[in-house]
Amino acid sequence: MKAPMRDANTFNFAQFPDAHGRFGEFGGKYVAETLMEPIQELQDAYAHFRSDPEFVREFETDLRDYVGRPSAMYFAARMSEAYGTQIWFKREDLNHTGAHKINNAIGQALLAKRLGKTRIIAETGAGQHGVATATVAARLGLECVIYMGAEDIERQQPNVFRMKLLGATVVSVESGTRTLKDALNEAMRDWVTNVDNTFYIIGTVAGPHPYPQMVRDFQSVIGTEARAQLLEKTGRLPDAVVACVGGGSNAIGIFHAFLNDERVALYGAEAGGDGIETGRHAAPLSAGRPGVLHGMRTYLMEDDDGQIIGTHSISAGLDYPGVGPEHSWLKDLGRVTYDGITDDEAMSAFHDVMRFEGIIPALESSHAVAYAKKLASLYGKDKIILVNLSGRGDKDINTVAKLEGITL
Amino acid sequence: MSRISPLFEQLRTDKRTALIPYITAGDPTPGATVDIMHALVAGGADAIELGVPFSDPMADGPVIAAAHERALVHHVGLRHVLGMVQVFRQSNQHTPIILMGYQNPIEAMGIAVFAERAQAAGVDGVLTVDLPPEEANTAAGIYAAVQIDPIFLIAPTTHADRIRIIAKLATGFVYYVSLKGVTGAQNLDTQALAERVRAIRQDCSLPVGVGFGIRDAPTAAAVGQVADAVIIGSALVRIIAELGQGDPATLQQKVQAFMTEIRSALDRS
Repeated sequence: MKAPMRDANTFNFAQFPDAHGRFGEFGGKYVAETLMEPIQELQDAYAHFRSDPEFVREFETDLRDYVGRPSAMYFAARMSEAYGTQIWFKREDLNHTGAHKINNAIGQALLAKRLGKTRIIAETGAGQHGVATATVAARLGLECVIYMGAEDIERQQPNVFRMKLLGATVVSVESGTRTLKDALNEAMRDWVTNVDNTFYIIGTVAGPHPYPQMVRDFQSVIGTEARAQLLEKTGRLPDAVVACVGGGSNAIGIFHAFLNDERVALYGAEAGGDGIETGRHAAPLSAGRPGVLHGMRTYLMEDDDGQIIGTHSISAGLDYPGVGPEHSWLKDLGRVTYDGITDDEAMSAFHDVMRFEGIIPALESSHAVAYAKKLASLYGKDKIILVNLSGRGDKDINTVAKLEGITL
Repeated sequence: MSRISPLFEQLRTDKRTALIPYITAGDPTPGATVDIMHALVAGGADAIELGVPFSDPMADGPVIAAAHERALVHHVGLRHVLGMVQVFRQSNQHTPIILMGYQNPIEAMGIAVFAERAQAAGVDGVLTVDLPPEEANTAAGIYAAVQIDPIFLIAPTTHADRIRIIAKLATGFVYYVSLKGVTGAQNLDTQALAERVRAIRQDCSLPVGVGFGIRDAPTAAAVGQVADAVIIGSALVRIIAELGQGDPATLQQKVQAFMTEIRSALDRS
């Protein structure tokens, strides 16, 4: 694919998406006609409220008092010693509900309330976004329905129980591959049927415009904080920022504040599964091609007929055949480098974080740490690599035990 | 010109409402589709909507989504669907065929390549569910160049200004989705429908087909009072789901009988 022309001195990443919701050729609004009007309403409402001081104040207050922001910036001393470079963690794992997902759920729920919607729906893979959504719905007294693939329900039981305790209805999705993409299909079907009273909180920077922009904006607090925190603690910007990419919300969240800092290298770790060469992975940017799914044009994993193919990852949160359209654009522009991290590499990094730093990282975030480990030798001990520790791994303990043949 | 506009002109002269059944290509098996298409025509279908199986049929309800899954068991893709149309055309040159599906399989083939092959196979219209007019300029131009009608949906939520945008791009007919929701939804309000169809006609001169929620002869007859075409999908696909595992001849007979029943109700009303 040819790289689009871009003058690094004048190009401003913050000006995208354009008025049509496009990032270059990616993004857009590929939905059935019934959803066009509700999406336009959402777009107008979001355009209004994102610059409404009262809305912004309420969002920021909730992030501070309810989520516990700003999240910590932590120097991983023993890991830095072992890897031979300076590793810093942005501690999204310390947020209320244990991951970055809550930032976006709060933003969208506040919007739902402003729009007078009484019912919230969401899709979830690993269950982190489902838990975050059920949490904010409980707090605002809104009805909440979470769609989750039957296969994911089996492997993420603790999160399913959490959602139920929070008062949400969890609907098991039996269609297709019974994972995240099918949960998204089912949530879309619900939304198209109940648009009058229902707000659909999409959990990642995917879907039709304005979702990729809106979710990015709500998550960009990660990078805004991280940039200021590192400047304060080290007096300089990082040399590299690394994040894992499933749909890509934590990655966009931390990348966004650095996009115009051309000398900060950005890296996205996709789920390499058993290895890109085996075909058993969830890495559309590394091994897919552009297509249309879930309301957007983006890189997808598909077969020759254009059917979306099943994905594989140790991590349910990365197990998605598409990716947010802004990532597709950043890949083609060459601004972010994406590569697959295998299940084994992620598992090894998971243990490193626990043994060196006393932190249980989510398996998703472990992919980012593994990528940082690979990059360490390129950078050396004087350089700073900032890793987004997007979530905590308590939810993954059963998966890890099972993989290692241990019965709890 | 495709076969669609001449069909509607003829029907207007005859004062008849078009009956357009929908089936998913490859359901229950790839070998059954062309015979079912002929049975539909024998039962009184004026045109056929042929669904292109897709792994993620987001806008379809459980009945048609299951049909996509049954077809995908046999790996039926766009190439095979075009092959079925070609075989159908060997013995039927007059019944318009509209492919209905999602954008990704078309893009995987390449829109221009698809348009050329579809035209050669004998396709008359293409309805891409997830390609609203805002995203359809390129595709509509390519289809127009090969005399294939781009068919667009109009929803209960579509405002008059959008109907005018759709009317500019659409040819053949427009498809009014009579309910909010996915295919196979229930509870059609025929009086509200009549008002909506009147409103659409103010901004769009094309024939108006109505689908979603038409499940039997009485609902078809009621819709036939106000629409130029009645589109039946889920009710038909349900018959295929029930009888698909059995004798193909029985399935064809049932499909034809179901069409005949709807056809008679339409012609009486």
